Amino acid sequence: MTFRDALLPSAGGALIGLAASLLLLTNGRIAGVSGYVGALFLPSVPHRLERLAFVLGFFLAGLTLLLIEPSVLPTGSSTPLWAFAVAGLLVGYGSRLGNGCTSGHGVCGISRFSPRSIVATLTFMGTAALTVFVVRHVLGATP
Amino acid sequence: MKSLFASLFSGLLFGVGLAIAGMTSPEKVLGFLDFAGSWDASLAFVMAAAIAVHLPLSALIRRRSSPLFDTRFHVPSSRTIDRPLVLGSALFGVGWGLAGVCPGPALVDLATGATPIVVFVGAMVVGMLIQHATVGQSESQHSITIVPQGPNAPVSQDISLADH
Repeated sequence: MTFRDALLPSAGGALIGLAASLLLLTNGRIAGVSGYVGALFLPSVPHRLERLAFVLGFFLAGLTLLLIEPSVLPTGSSTPLWAFAVAGLLVGYGSRLGNGCTSGHGVCGISRFSPRSIVATLTFMGTAALTVFVVRHVLGATP
Repeated sequence: MKSLFASLFSGLLFGVGLAIAGMTSPEKVLGFLDFAGSWDASLAFVMAAAIAVHLPLSALIRRRSSPLFDTRFHVPSSRTIDRPLVLGSALFGVGWGLAGVCPGPALVDLATGATPIVVFVGAMVVGMLIQHATVGQSESQHSITIVPQGPNAPVSQDISLADH
């Protein structure tokens, strides 16, 4: 892997870290996407508009990129549609059960040395890698 | 109002960061998770860089008595490793490994209107609703506290939907 390969991921990661820090400084909250999305669908939740604004920000980022640099956004995937549906169910259910995802646990939680987040991150990294292994190398579903 | 804009801008910045990092490409994410295959290690730098930035900044920020636009911080204090945490994370990981999409990138990609992403987000919401509906029915009674609560442990925990 060259320096150039690591450059954009590092830059993007730094921006993510900055965004999370900004949210913490301004509103005092953990930048956990699954938590923000999940809260939108609870019957009574405070600061619902604030949560919607955060979620909307991501969508707006997508719209902006669509306009100025669409090549960054994916055009296709070899994964079948039913797999996206199953994946979505698992991601939605699992992130709420585990109270977090890659942003909340992986970035914010680890930055706080949270034992829960460290365990969560190791766990989902492990099962994610295992899943890819099974799909690609056991079941032979090549990309 | 200020807190609304702060949320919006943070989300926007986060989303742009995800896209620049390559996280919004499911194929790239799967390539990173494919350790046994042609491994694309570059995404390791995403989380590493994010933590490298957020770790020191969050430590500094939390020294304040309160955030800028709120009266107090809403940071989880639980340190208990319990079954919902492990099971939930495990399931989340399987889902992530199936399609290479997690919540943040899904929201960014939603702007493209691509059918797989719309399906994913719809299913994700359904999955969340199912979890909300079943909460309390399978709460684990067995938990292992790996870090003992010290004398400074908070009296009440913030059980808002912050990741903890």
